[in-house]
Amino acid sequence: MSNNISINKSRRYLNPYLGGVLLGLVLLAANFVSGRGLGASGAIKSVVATTIGTVNKEAISSMPFMAEYAESHSGSPMKSWLVFQMLGVIVGGFLSGAVAGRLKLKVEHSPKITSRRRLIFALAGGVLFGFGSQLGRGCTSGSALSGMAVLSLGGFLTMMAIFGTAFALAYFFRKNWI
Amino acid sequence: MGPLAPNEIISENTNFLLAFFIGIAFGWVLESSGFSSSRKLAGIFYGYDTVVLKVFFTAALTAMLGLLFMSLFGWIDLDLVYINPTYLTSAIAGGVVMGVGFIMGGFCPGTSFCGAAIGKIDAMVFIGGLFIGVYGFAFTYGWWEKLYLARYLGEPKISDKLGISDGLFGLLMILAALGMFVVAEWAEKTFAREEY
Repeated sequence: MSNNISINKSRRYLNPYLGGVLLGLVLLAANFVSGRGLGASGAIKSVVATTIGTVNKEAISSMPFMAEYAESHSGSPMKSWLVFQMLGVIVGGFLSGAVAGRLKLKVEHSPKITSRRRLIFALAGGVLFGFGSQLGRGCTSGSALSGMAVLSLGGFLTMMAIFGTAFALAYFFRKNWI
Repeated sequence: MGPLAPNEIISENTNFLLAFFIGIAFGWVLESSGFSSSRKLAGIFYGYDTVVLKVFFTAALTAMLGLLFMSLFGWIDLDLVYINPTYLTSAIAGGVVMGVGFIMGGFCPGTSFCGAAIGKIDAMVFIGGLFIGVYGFAFTYGWWEKLYLARYLGEPKISDKLGISDGLFGLLMILAALGMFVVAEWAEKTFAREEY
């Protein structure tokens, strides 16, 4: 918790502008290879569709949102580009953390709040983000970042809505972070 | 030439294999930029750490300009590249809900997987929430269907909507980003926090 540790820690991170250029090149590669950008929430949708289909085959046909999706991914919803890409993200994130010495099981939170409070907010935030990503047809990666790269109007609007809302509400949740 | 998969230059399985490698690079860059830490991510909303803004806009610009130049050189056919459709109402409503999730949870879906990959328990719980949220939307889709499909505009490009060329829009984005980077550097000094 000493200052030295946090200074050393931040030094080990990549320069943000270099990181941005590299992330842009990864996004460019995704478009060049597959004709589509990056994504994260799409892979979660695949897993949810597969799980529902496995547990109860009838359930999925009674859910038009998932049935449509399962149909458009003939074979298995798990055999999708984003699922393979997200498996890669887990591997890549782990390798980067391992090289930088950041592998550690812990709940990260502001010293002003308890782990329990952090986890409750993380769960609630996850639920809302998951819900919003389906309503908005993609999350920060698939809709905002990838959408902006191809100049999609919707991508820009979703980006502004995500960051604008979070900024507008930051004051009310400040205790969690500062 | 590109995009490779839609032009059938590579097979479906090769495309999936490349997806895995692209994902590794994606995860590596996110984690090494600090996106596996919710406190670093949330910093943008309080000014003490603006890594999100810097990485996000640099990445969007790099990819945007890369696509425009590759199209100019004839290396990629942009007609075959997916452009996210615009459903005006849900693009904004979904973004607002995600924004609330962001400030509460401190992650977005992609970054939460990076956080979980290095052992952040809060990221794992966030991912649990994501599954509940996605299932919840699918389960209650009937209530939102109208909102979900409202005000469909097709696949408009923002440059067309503004009535300017893609190149000019790219230039304006670069200038806007540079302006934001200046503000970001100022904010990090003004709202600096020594320990987080």
